Amino acid sequence: MKNIKIKGIAYDEFKDNEYLEKYVEELRSHGVNLVVGALDDLINWGRSNSLWPLAFATSCCGIEFMAAAAARHDLARFGMEVTRNSPRQADVIIVAGTIVNKMAPLLKRVYDQMAEPKYVVSMGSCAISGGPFVNSYYVVKGVDEVIPVDVYVPGCPPRPEALFYGLMQLQRKVKVERFLFKGNK
Amino acid sequence: MNFQAGRLIMEKIKEIILAAVPEAILEDKQVLTVTVEADQLRLLAKTLHDNKELPFDFLSQLIGMDWGDSLGVLYLLSSSADLSKQLLIKTAVKDRQNPLLYTVSDIWETANLNEREVYAFFGIRFINHPDMRRFILNDDWHGFPFRKDYDEDPAINPLSLESKEIVDVAPRIIETPNGLKEEKVPVFDKDDYIINIGPQHPSMHGVMHFRTSLEGEIVKKIDVHSGYIHRGIEKLSEKLTYPQILHFTDRLDYLSANINRHALCMCVEKAASIEIPERAEYIRVIMDELNRIESHLLAWACMCNDLGAITAFIYGMREREMILDIFEKTSGGRLIINYNVVGGVMFDIYKDFQKDTKAFIIHMRESLKEYHRLFSGNVIALGRMVGIGIMKKEDAVSYGVTGPAGRGSGWSCDLRKYLPYSIYDRVEFTEVIRTECDSYARYLNRLDEIEESLKIIEQLVDNIPEGDFQAKTKAIIKIPEGQYFQRVETARGDFGVFIESHGDKNPYRLKFRSPSMALVSIMPLICKGEKLSDLIGIGGSMDYVIPDIDR
Amino acid sequence: MLLEISHPLELFKLTAWLDSMLRSLMPDWGALLIEFVLIGLVLLLAYAVIALALIYIERKITAFFQCRLGPNRVGKYGIIQSVADMVKILLKEIIPIDHVDKILFYLAPFFVIVSSMLTFGALPFGNGLHVVDFNIGLFYLIAVSSLSIIGVLLAGWSSNNKYSMIGAMRSGAQFISYELSAGLSLMTIAVLSGSLQLSTIVESQTYVYHWNLFRGHIPALIAFVIYLIAGHAETNRGPFDLPEAESELTAGYHTEYSGLQFGFFYLAEYLNMFIIAGIATTVFLGGWNPVQIEGWNGFNEVMNWIPSYVWFFAKTGVLIFLSLWVRWTFPRLRIDQLLNLEWKYLLPINLVNLVVMAVLVVFGLYIK
Repeated sequence: MKNIKIKGIAYDEFKDNEYLEKYVEELRSHGVNLVVGALDDLINWGRSNSLWPLAFATSCCGIEFMAAAAARHDLARFGMEVTRNSPRQADVIIVAGTIVNKMAPLLKRVYDQMAEPKYVVSMGSCAISGGPFVNSYYVVKGVDEVIPVDVYVPGCPPRPEALFYGLMQLQRKVKVERFLFKGNK
Repeated sequence: MNFQAGRLIMEKIKEIILAAVPEAILEDKQVLTVTVEADQLRLLAKTLHDNKELPFDFLSQLIGMDWGDSLGVLYLLSSSADLSKQLLIKTAVKDRQNPLLYTVSDIWETANLNEREVYAFFGIRFINHPDMRRFILNDDWHGFPFRKDYDEDPAINPLSLESKEIVDVAPRIIETPNGLKEEKVPVFDKDDYIINIGPQHPSMHGVMHFRTSLEGEIVKKIDVHSGYIHRGIEKLSEKLTYPQILHFTDRLDYLSANINRHALCMCVEKAASIEIPERAEYIRVIMDELNRIESHLLAWACMCNDLGAITAFIYGMREREMILDIFEKTSGGRLIINYNVVGGVMFDIYKDFQKDTKAFIIHMRESLKEYHRLFSGNVIALGRMVGIGIMKKEDAVSYGVTGPAGRGSGWSCDLRKYLPYSIYDRVEFTEVIRTECDSYARYLNRLDEIEESLKIIEQLVDNIPEGDFQAKTKAIIKIPEGQYFQRVETARGDFGVFIESHGDKNPYRLKFRSPSMALVSIMPLICKGEKLSDLIGIGGSMDYVIPDIDR
Repeated sequence: MLLEISHPLELFKLTAWLDSMLRSLMPDWGALLIEFVLIGLVLLLAYAVIALALIYIERKITAFFQCRLGPNRVGKYGIIQSVADMVKILLKEIIPIDHVDKILFYLAPFFVIVSSMLTFGALPFGNGLHVVDFNIGLFYLIAVSSLSIIGVLLAGWSSNNKYSMIGAMRSGAQFISYELSAGLSLMTIAVLSGSLQLSTIVESQTYVYHWNLFRGHIPALIAFVIYLIAGHAETNRGPFDLPEAESELTAGYHTEYSGLQFGFFYLAEYLNMFIIAGIATTVFLGGWNPVQIEGWNGFNEVMNWIPSYVWFFAKTGVLIFLSLWVRWTFPRLRIDQLLNLEWKYLLPINLVNLVVMAVLVVFGLYIK
């Protein structure tokens, strides 16, 4: 996996390498032109290193997202401190917090307003499954019922480090994507 | 002596109640409970509110109830002059199909949103209420979820992903000489320029939704929508045991997580007569105060951010991390620490706790000076806070705005002074009160309260007694039948827990009084006529937390 | 004159050599054509590079103001972070939006970027690095840089979004107000130096005490401060970032823009910051002139070795740092405070200042 390198963490130290390898295999099974492949690498390099987040913060996890952006943890190290408040300009939507019945259509709408390529990080157990409120009449049981999710970051709320790990996983995922020959499956 | 005088006043109040409504049933429970018929409620409410000697002008809680055969509402009143005087009015209505009660929103403004909430949850409509839309729930929600016979089948209320247009029409029931009349009134004028601030907005401190009509830059009217993070915590609690409910409290107002949890723990302990060890009391109060500082720091940081000073935001978050470190070493959690349990605290403090805390106190004092240098005296900041968002004391009382915001309007409302719980009667601190009533007073109040909290911690941290940190409790905690209240002072004000128990291991009804709801309910009043930018700034100075409102 | 000492690192010899070589190879019009194309390319390249560098520098400096590290993952010290951003933005989808005024919507970003490019072209970057030297250079700079407001207004209007609309209206009010102050403070210096031609203005500021800032002493100093404030306001950056006030208007006038169109706004913002600092350098701080002190020959010689464009960028850099410092320290102004500051304070002061300067010049009270 030559081009899935993340600064600071060795490849083997990531937890779900099998998943990524399978994903790559699926994508690359039809072979790829050398030039196009190199161009793809460049594009993916740019995209993975410039994931501008849109914080869709509804509750507690939003505070941890803020802590992640602040002095000690510093999201800026990954080039992700440019939080865009307009969904049109964001690359990754970080759903931080419980999504309830009334909010779900709005989340969908914000997601639809984002420009491609767009990614979704579901932060915290509420966003993953409804968390402690899973039995409630008003809570959506996971964001994946509303929008497709790329990375799940568990925790209640996840620590900033956990969020970073999730974002690095997202970077890895972006790095193996195919842009120029997408329809070649 | 004081106690005697207090008794005398309450005896007098009883006389006044019986003079006004002879049929009222008075019971001396944890608080004086007055049961009246629905049609005499307003008379009693008015009498108590206008009472000269001890006006009950602060409606602390308005609780909807479903007793099976009847629906009802409980009103927990308190006096703005002396918060320790409490009184509970109880009323019920038999008709489950179309329950109607008279509104008290013209007597206490805070009832406005609370009654709308009761309508959404219990289906009780209030006659003469100016705006009987459902608060929190969608307008087209089927059923009333807090009723005991509510059908939770998801097929009845399926998840819809389609954005709906917001209809700005408010139904209401008006009493006319010819009987009741239902009508619908538009919320906004026909050609108002309305913008939606929220629910997904960078500076709404969560998912608040203000529909704001503007005249140029000037705010003309605000219509508050809520419920974008309503998780049904109170309903969920009815099926869980008390220790299980505890973890919900942290997720209400996540910035005062520990204080909220303290409130519920105390309520359960009091009801189940559990004595908790001295050591646990000390640890609890220290953690509460650390939590308060953390919350105020975040509030300061966010307010500065709302006013456009992003560096100040980062500075506030920086100091906050030191507290989070202490939390983390004690309990393993950062923001939500799940630390208090019924009977004490979850773990003992770690070895260097005192050392770390003292180091933090020294550091924090220095940082406070830095904050003042960076922001408090800045000429632009002053221009955006001084004289902006004037909230008069009468309004603060009527809307039930407590906490640093209420005290910024000159209302002495610190529950740690009036209803000293835990060991607050043993520590010395000043209640920070300002009478300027503007954003700046609220802003400075918070910074001064940090200093007061530091003082409290200083007095306690070296004197933590030896002993157990947790009392032995039964595996299953049952609370004897009755109604129990506990009010504490969180970073945002009067947080209340109400439990009605029918003797089981889970509550029959649990209600949290949310201080943030009062803070939001007064926003339309104090923002009217201010600029759009100041709306954001005032919001920052009020410092509400939305999940606390929606619950 | 000390300035005539040979400058081994200067570029004007290279450009002169290129010019004479081209002219010897082909007719004049051909040489000019090639030169125009070359200059255009170089300017575009410089434009992109400067903007990217500025973005990186700002993020890094901001981080240090805020006790953070800033970008450090992409390349050594994160130095190519903004290149990654550029690659991404170039390939980001441009969303076709319903209910917008299509023509104006697509036109708006070009107004913004073209106006900043036009201004950029007329700046004297160094000795001999000056593309067009109008005799009304200063006037041209003011005129062209104010075109960008049209782009902002169009963006806000055509987006069919209420936030954008409020942002654009604020921007209009702000820009028109502060344009007055910026223009008048530059006029004050035009009175002092007696010329609108940028090359003349620069060349008249040889020794440090000849810099317009010092030559015109008090009125020039006032003009300088006012220009910095007004210029800062024109770039729409904090504390004057009302048009895109994040905490109020999500992203202000460019809320609806995505991909490259947003990239244009983003680039132009940084370039405008550079241009404002560049104009201030040229007009007040001696432009590309090195620091020269009369009598200190050894010192002067050493300073002269540093090429003129380095001086220009260094002085500009200091002013940019100043602007960042202000931005990350102050909270945002409210619209009425903003207009008060301009109409009640800056403008009257400026008018008086202009008269004072005229008196100074008439009676010869400036440093000669």
